[in-house]
Amino acid sequence: METILDTYKATKIEAVNVWFKAASVNDFPADGGACVKYKNKQIAVFNFTRLGKWYACQNVCPHKMEMVLSRGMIGDDKGIPKVACPLHKKTFSLESGENLNGDLGAIATYPVKVEGNDVYIGFSE
Amino acid sequence: MKKIIVVGNGMVGYKFCEKFVAQENAENFKIIIFGEEPRPAYDRVHLSEFFENQNAKALEMAPATWYADNGIELITGERVADINRTEKTITTAKDREFAYDYLVMATGSSPFVPPIKGVEKEGVFVYRTIEDLEGMLAYAAKLKAEKPNAKAAVLGGGLLGLEAGKAVLDMGLEPHIVEFAPKLMPRQLDTRSSQVLKLKLESIGLNIHLSKATNQILGDKFITGMEFGEDDILNVDMLIISAGIRPRDELAKACGLDVGVRGGIVVDDTMKTSDDNIYAIGEIALYNQMIYGLVAPGYDMAEVAVQQVLGNSEVKMAEEIDMSTKLKLIGVDVASFGEPFMPASKGHSIIFENKTEYLYKRINVSLDGKSLLGGILVGDASDYNMLHQMYLNDMKIPENAAQLILPASDGASAFGDVTDLPDEAQVCSCESVTKGQICAAIENGEATDVAGVVSCTKAGTGCGGCKPMVTDLTNATLKSLGITVKEGVCEHFDLSRQDLYQIIKVKGYTTFNEVLDNHGNGGHGCELCKPLVASLMATINADTANKEYAIQDSNDRFLANIQRNGTYSVVPRVPGGEITPDKLIALGEIAKKYDLYTKITGGVRIDLFGATLNQLPLIWKELISHGFESGHAYGKSLRTVKTCVGSTWCRYGMDESVSFGIELENRYRGIRAPHKIKGGVSGCIRECAEARGKDFGLIAVEGGWNLYVGGNGGATPRHAELLAEQIDNETVIKYLDRYLMFYMRTAKPLQRTAAWQERLEGGLNYVKEVVIEDKLGIAEDLEKEMQTLVNKFECEWTQAVNNPEMMKRFNHFVNSKDDDDNLVFVPMREQKMPEPWK
Ligand code: SRM
Ligand SMILES: Cc1cc2nc3c(=O)[nH]c(=O)nc-3n(C[C@H](O)[C@H](O)[C@H](O)COP(=O)(O)OP(=O)(O)OC[C@H]3O[C@@H](n4cnc5c(N)ncnc54)[C@H](O)[C@@H]3O)c2cc1C
Ligand code: SF4
Ligand code: FES
Repeated sequence: METILDTYKATKIEAVNVWFKAASVNDFPADGGACVKYKNKQIAVFNFTRLGKWYACQNVCPHKMEMVLSRGMIGDDKGIPKVACPLHKKTFSLESGENLNGDLGAIATYPVKVEGNDVYIGFSE
Repeated sequence: MKKIIVVGNGMVGYKFCEKFVAQENAENFKIIIFGEEPRPAYDRVHLSEFFENQNAKALEMAPATWYADNGIELITGERVADINRTEKTITTAKDREFAYDYLVMATGSSPFVPPIKGVEKEGVFVYRTIEDLEGMLAYAAKLKAEKPNAKAAVLGGGLLGLEAGKAVLDMGLEPHIVEFAPKLMPRQLDTRSSQVLKLKLESIGLNIHLSKATNQILGDKFITGMEFGEDDILNVDMLIISAGIRPRDELAKACGLDVGVRGGIVVDDTMKTSDDNIYAIGEIALYNQMIYGLVAPGYDMAEVAVQQVLGNSEVKMAEEIDMSTKLKLIGVDVASFGEPFMPASKGHSIIFENKTEYLYKRINVSLDGKSLLGGILVGDASDYNMLHQMYLNDMKIPENAAQLILPASDGASAFGDVTDLPDEAQVCSCESVTKGQICAAIENGEATDVAGVVSCTKAGTGCGGCKPMVTDLTNATLKSLGITVKEGVCEHFDLSRQDLYQIIKVKGYTTFNEVLDNHGNGGHGCELCKPLVASLMATINADTANKEYAIQDSNDRFLANIQRNGTYSVVPRVPGGEITPDKLIALGEIAKKYDLYTKITGGVRIDLFGATLNQLPLIWKELISHGFESGHAYGKSLRTVKTCVGSTWCRYGMDESVSFGIELENRYRGIRAPHKIKGGVSGCIRECAEARGKDFGLIAVEGGWNLYVGGNGGATPRHAELLAEQIDNETVIKYLDRYLMFYMRTAKPLQRTAAWQERLEGGLNYVKEVVIEDKLGIAEDLEKEMQTLVNKFECEWTQAVNNPEMMKRFNHFVNSKDDDDNLVFVPMREQKMPEPWK
């Protein structure tokens, strides 16, 4: 099972070598997310309209290894933007990937940029 | 610096350390604590929780780092093997020697295993440590894989045996309880209450065998049965022995300390043994010629030993020890307090028994009728805390003491209020916390809510039985200080659901952001407040879940129930459970085409599982073309109205239960409520539709329908209560419109009708006043609001499949038509299921 998680490594903006053009802005609901396919990866992308920010993270929830986080609800925990997994409501910081209400490992997060109407996700490879 | 060695790192040994380091001159002492078990002390009282989560960490009394942080040396996995009292040293099983000034024996007990032939066979377990439980889980899993209806017995029908019985039930094995005595819980219950308990346990699936002496355990290598007498055999595949405890005094005996005839180290009221430098505490200590198999006396002993070592010789163990207990976990209330069995010369007993409801209550009252001496509660122990307090504090009891146990006719309590308790009343006996300490923690600002009170007083951290009382006291104290108890739904709103309902209605808000920006705390919402606001707007504005789908809960967001692998289930509405052969065929064909797992639900309809997000709209398009519509199995909304066949076919039927059930299901379909709503309609009092287990239920009687409300299956089952008798269809609808709408306006988030009704001040009587007598003058409004919802109903799946914009969300990927490539199904009984979680 570890192998799924190995596919996803937190990527800092400095490490980005590929900006993948994922979809257009209006493919995503306001204050909600959708899933993007990149090679063998599933990436959850969130349009945090209230903050005017975009976030991306692995789609797989480290709790039971299901591809569901993009279908989770976003919000904040004392100011930290987060996503709640739709299966058992484990919550993860969209910034650091940290599990906010438990002791699961952090999820991998990825940089996002919007140019014109296009949403790009940053990968190191 | 003086050295203290504690032998035994169990609950009481740990408590000794905790209490010791909190003392002022603790730094003049060095503590070394030895534990034979591989891990630091854990909460044995809640051991059974390990079955649920297998999380040993969660049971820890304190992590290993706590000991180090407090200067205590913790040595686990090493047994103390010898004590040399003249040299004042101990030797461990690893042959290491340590010197002491004071020795504290806290070696606890081990389960008593009766000398029955064959107890050494595989599949026979005891119930004391985490390793015992791990062994049972592994064995049960193996059994179940080989044998679908494996059986397991528990030897011993006492407090612990019944807890083990529950564990067997949860492990999915057929449970049997075998007791030597002619009654269950012989230490706590009298014969009649034990009979009531037996009936109740049998009703939830436990098989009880009383007066059975086990002669031998059958089987070659592993257990296959138990033999009681010739031809009296019980075939079982596993056995858990819970036949009492034996103090672990082998070490004490070997070094010549005084021990009792039946074991245990003799101590006086200072916890000192026959050696001035050695103390004994917890389940090893024989005090008043008794071993107290409970934590609370053990913790008191730890306190006494700490004070004695520090030279505070006036602190001694109380003479009388409270042995009141409450059975936990099994889902049946059982409690006994004070003197449960009392000789007639000391007082009178008042007994209430109702076998049909599995209720038994007994209180023992002094001859002068002024004080409570003890009692037994079976079936409903909700008054245990209050009665226990009255007993402990010798509080005045009502002149007619029977009021304390008789079902109240007017909903009024015979107890008065928690605030009437004296300040010295010990609310938490495990941690010895008084009412005064709890109230003080709030009054001096140390705590502002229940969690705060628990963390600064430790009340409720032991067995947890006092939690309801701690909550009541906290709320009452806050109220007396003029602090309103926060009912905010989450960190984003200080408002309650009821407040939000009024605000949204009056201001006419239609989006989440409007509500949050105008009435929130400045954040961005979360998984608690978003679905709540969505539900409120649906109730108030007759919206479907397609509106603002990003604030809908997991299931509502995709109009389907998410399953363990991230696929979905599809449940079309089958009103009243009536379905034509053609529709059945259509369901079968669609299920086949999309390879869906098919099952009849507990709610009289058919569930198709395993649809991917991409498939959902395709499946629904086909269902809709065959005349189906959404069944709202995913919503906090009306699920099903279960019906029996009624007077159209059934020879006993008094009215057309199917027709009326369909009418009601169609009337209330789609409306969003604080929680899901279920209904039932039965054609006669035989009640084949289980209407009294539903939020609303109807039973046809001579002259009309009897209408019941507030029933519940699920986690806290409750029978619905009679709201009105012999009323016609039109009146049923009128009352139901009012009842449901009143519930939707005033309940808390995720509160079913049963819990709502129970907590309404005035209970059912108040509901009657509002719904039937229209005391609040709102009946007409309630009916109108409901009629609006009924008129505006729209099937949200039909809405979704006809709108390309709404359909966009049913794609697994925004940038590809592919399905989730992580899905794995495995075959099961000619169908399929998700690959189990690792
Ligand atoms: C499918 C079904 C079991 C089955 O295979 O028979 C079922 C399945 C689920 N039930 Fe149930 N319940 C089903 C009948 C029941 C019944 C029986 C009944 O309705 O007569 C009950 C007890 C009666 C009652 O509710 O009072 C029942 C009491 C619960 C509860 C406990 C509610 C409570 O008040 O304690 C939950 C948990 C909750 O809602 O918070 C629950 C929750 C669930 C959920 C939704 C859990 C979840 O969130 O994933 C399950 C998923 C449904 C799905 O389709 O994926 N289900 N559930 C039944 C669907 C009935 C239907 O046609 O809609
Ligand atoms: C399933 C279960 C449910 C229970 N429920 C309740 C309840 O609801 N309410 C209640 O009040 N009580 C309950 N109890 C009883 C309660 O757990 C005990 O009263 C309590 O644990 C006693 O604490 P203790 O420290 O004296 O003994 P223990 O917790 O048994 O600790 C003794 C420790 O000493 C170790 N030890 C023994 N000899 C040596 C040695 N020579 N060297 C080193 N280490 C040694 C043992 O391995 C053990 O870890 C329950 C018990 C069980 C098993
Ligand atoms: S409840 Fe009455 S009418 Fe309905 S099936 Fe049972 S016996 Fe027949
Ligand atoms: S799978 Fe995500 S919380 Fe359980």
